[in-house]
Amino acid sequence: MSPTLDQIREHFSGPGLALSVTPTEHAAKGYHLDVSVAPAGIVPAAQALYALGFGLDAITGVDWIAQNEMEVVYDYFHPASPLRIVVRSRAPRDNPEFPTLSDVFPGARWHERETHDFFGIRFAGHPNLIPLLLPEDADYHPLRKEGAP
Amino acid sequence: MSLLSTEPLRLLASLLLIIAFVGLNAAYLVLAERKGAGRFQNRPGPNEAGYGGWLQPVADVLKLISKQIMVPPESDRLLFRMAPLVVLTPAMMCLAVVPFSDTLVARNVNVGLLMVFSFGSINVMAILLSGWASRNKYAIMSAARVVSQNVAYEIPMLLVVITLLMSTGTLDLSEIIKQQAGGFWHWNFFRLDVNPLAPVTFVIFFICMLAEANRAPFDMAEAESELVAGAFTEYAGMGFGVFFMAEYANIVLGCSLATVLFFGGWQTGLGALPASWGAWKVLIGLGFFLAKMYALVFTVIWVRWTFPRTQFYGLLNLSWKILIPISLFTLLLSSVMIKLFA
Amino acid sequence: MSAPLKIEPATGSGETFVLNLGPQHPAAHGVLRVKMTMDGEYVMRAEPVIGYIHRMHEKMGENRPLAHFLPNTGRVDYLSALHYNHAFVGAVERAAKLEVPPRAEFIRVITSELNRISSHLVWWSAFLLDLGGFTPLLYAFDDREKILDLLEGLTGSRLTYCYFRFGGVVEDLDPGFAERTRKFIAEMRPRLKMYRQLVTDNIILRKRLEHIGPISPDLCLKYGATGPVIRGSGVSYDVRRAEPYSVYSQLDFDVPTFPESDSMARYLVRMEEIVQSLRIVEQALDKLPDGPVLGKVPRVLKLPPGDYCYAVEAARGRHMVRIVSDGKEAAYRLKLRTPSFSNLSLFEEASKGMLLADALALMGSLDLVIPDIDR
Repeated sequence: MSPTLDQIREHFSGPGLALSVTPTEHAAKGYHLDVSVAPAGIVPAAQALYALGFGLDAITGVDWIAQNEMEVVYDYFHPASPLRIVVRSRAPRDNPEFPTLSDVFPGARWHERETHDFFGIRFAGHPNLIPLLLPEDADYHPLRKEGAP
Repeated sequence: MSLLSTEPLRLLASLLLIIAFVGLNAAYLVLAERKGAGRFQNRPGPNEAGYGGWLQPVADVLKLISKQIMVPPESDRLLFRMAPLVVLTPAMMCLAVVPFSDTLVARNVNVGLLMVFSFGSINVMAILLSGWASRNKYAIMSAARVVSQNVAYEIPMLLVVITLLMSTGTLDLSEIIKQQAGGFWHWNFFRLDVNPLAPVTFVIFFICMLAEANRAPFDMAEAESELVAGAFTEYAGMGFGVFFMAEYANIVLGCSLATVLFFGGWQTGLGALPASWGAWKVLIGLGFFLAKMYALVFTVIWVRWTFPRTQFYGLLNLSWKILIPISLFTLLLSSVMIKLFA
Repeated sequence: MSAPLKIEPATGSGETFVLNLGPQHPAAHGVLRVKMTMDGEYVMRAEPVIGYIHRMHEKMGENRPLAHFLPNTGRVDYLSALHYNHAFVGAVERAAKLEVPPRAEFIRVITSELNRISSHLVWWSAFLLDLGGFTPLLYAFDDREKILDLLEGLTGSRLTYCYFRFGGVVEDLDPGFAERTRKFIAEMRPRLKMYRQLVTDNIILRKRLEHIGPISPDLCLKYGATGPVIRGSGVSYDVRRAEPYSVYSQLDFDVPTFPESDSMARYLVRMEEIVQSLRIVEQALDKLPDGPVLGKVPRVLKLPPGDYCYAVEAARGRHMVRIVSDGKEAAYRLKLRTPSFSNLSLFEEASKGMLLADALALMGSLDLVIPDIDR
C-alpha cells in the first residue's frame, strides 16, 4: 500500500499542480521530496497526498523579509513507507493569504491557527482563526522579522 | 451503677460515648488509612507529628478548625451549612442501636436493623443537599451520581438483609447476635444449611456497603480526577472535615453491621464464656467485636489503595445486572431451604 | 472480552451546559484547559484551550547562537528531554555535516531509551491516578528514581537534561554506568511482570479502558497523531524504523502495535515499549564501541543556507526540528514539531459523545505534556 517516490512525483507532474518538484537526499535534508506549489495548489496537493495515505505532520511559516515573501511549509509523513514530503508555497508579504487545509486534514486547524499567531498569515476558509498559543487579545506576530530580534 | 441506670444519665453518657467514638474513629482511621496507604505504597506515611505520627490527627483537626469556612456567595447558605450536620447525624443515630457487646448498647430498639437502614438513607440526602447548595457544576454532577448510585445499591443491600431476616426472624440486633452464639460455625457467614450462598451474600453486602459509603473503588461522588472533589468541592475547613468524619463514621457503621449480621457481633466464636467471669465477659465481647470490625475496616482501606476507580455506568451495571439478580436468587434459595428443612 | 458498550448520548432536551475543566484541574496535568459543552455527563464538545505556558521557544531559537539554544530543547517536553536534545543536535549535525563518533551514537541511544522508560513510567503513574488508582504512582516513581540516578550520574541533571552536543555527547560514560544499568534492567523486568499482574490485568482497569475512546488510523493521519497513539491504532509507524536515525538500524527491537485502537491499546503499547527499550539498552551496551565521544566541531558553528529537518521518536511520538538557515550563527527559523500538540488536537473529535470520565481516560491515554503543546 505504500507509494513509491516515483508515483508521488508523477502525481505532481500534471500541469499547473506544482511549480517545481525536487527530489532530495533524506540523509542531507531530512525529507525525500521538496514540492513548490502556488497557493492555489496547496489543497489539491494535500488531497493527492491524503489519497496516497499520507498524514499531516506540521504546518509552519517562514518570513522571507529580504524577498518580501511569506512562505508556508507543509510537512507530510507516511505511516507505512519511509517517505517524507515537503510542500511549500509563497505569497507576497504584505498580503499573506493561503487556502486552509482544514477540509482535508482537520488537524491543520491548530497548525494554521499557530501560524496565524506567529506570522499573521491568513488562511482563507479557516473556521476559527483565533489565537491559539498567544493571548486572545494579541495583536502582534512574534516571528515576523521586521521587529527587533 | 445506680446512678448510671437512671435513664437520662444513661442516655447522656451513651451520647457522649458515641460522639467520642465517632470522633476518635474518624481521626485515627484517617491516620490508619494514611499509614496503611503508606505501607501499600512502600513509604512510611505520616511520621513527623508525635512518635510515629500518632499526633497527626490532632494536627489535622487543629488545621481544619482554624481554617475559615467559606460559603460561596451564590450558594444556598442555609442548605450549604446544614449539609455537614445532616451527613453526620444519621451515622451517629445508627450507632446508638449497634450492640458493641453484651448489654453494651446505647439503646436497644427491637427494630434496630430497620432503624439503621432508614437513617442510613439520609446520608444520600445530605450529599445531595451539599451538591445542590454549592451551586457548582462539579458538585451537582456529583450529587446526581450519588443519588443514582445509592438507589442502585440500596436494593441489593436490602435484598441481602431480607435473606438474612428470613432465618433470624427478628430486627433486633442484639437478638440476631444471640442467635449466633456458640462456635463460629453458628455465624451467619457460615450458616450454609440455611443459605448455601451465605458467603456470596456477605460479599454483596460488603460491596454495597462500600458503594453506600462512597468508598473507592465506588467513590463516584468524589472522583477527584473528574469532578475535582465532587459535592465537597466548595467546602473548606471543618465543613469538609465533617464530611470526612461522616465518611469514616459510615465505614465504621457499615463494618459494625457486617460484623453483627454475618460474624456474630461480640460472640467469640469459641463457645459460651464461663458465667463466673461476670463483667469481664462484656469487655471480652467488646474486644472481639472491635477486632472483627476493624479487620473489615482494614479491608475497606486495603481495597481503596489497590483498585482503580470504576466507571459510573460500570458501577450501575454491577448493581442492576449482577448484584440484584444474584441477591434475588439467594433470597429465593434461602426461602426454599427454610421451607424445606426448617 | 465483553462487547463494545454502546453509549448513546443523552436523549434529553438538548439542554447543555459548559463545564470549564482546568487550567487548574486534577486531570489537567499542568495547565491545560478544556471547555466542555456537556449534556448531563455526556461530552458534546470538548475544546482544548492551550497556550497557558507558551514560552516562544521558536523565537528564542532565532535570536541566539545554535549552541545557546541547546538547553531550551530539554525544557520543551521535560519528560523526554534527551529525545528533544537529540532532534535538535541531529538537525544541526545534518546541516553542518558533522561526523558523530559511533560510541557517542550508542551512548545517545542508551540514554534516550532510559529516558523513554522514565517518561513512560511517569505517564503510567499519572494515568492510573486519573483512573483513581493511587498506589502505582509510588511504585513507578521508585523505578523511575533508579533511572534518574543513572542519568544524573552521567548528565548532571535529573529532568531537563542537556547532555548531547553537536558532534557527540558532552562526556563519556562513567566507569560503573554499564554495570549499574544492567543491574537496573535485571531489576526492572520482574517489576514489569508485577505491574502486569497487579494493574494491567485488573478487571476494573480493563473495563474502564477497553473499547473506550477509539481512535481510527485515519483520524491519526488527519491530525498527525504519532507515537503510541498511532501505534495503538494498529499502525506500525515509528520514526526509529521509518527514518532510522542514530544507530537504531543496527539494533533489534519490535515496534509494538495493537489494532484495537482503544485506550487499552495505547496503554499496552507503552507498557510493551518499556520492554523494548530495555532490550535496546541491553543490546546497545553489548555493542558499545570504544573511541571518542565528541567529534570535531568548528568553534563557531554556521550552518549552510537551506532548510534541514531531523525527526526522532520521542516518548510521545514524532518530534521534528526544522532549521531554516541563512548562513548565520543563529537559525533563521526554528520549528519544533511536537507530538503532544498533534495528539491533543484530535481530542475534540475523538471525545464527542463520550461520558466525562471516559473522555478523561482518553485524554490520559494520549499522554499529554503541556509544555510540549504550548512550547
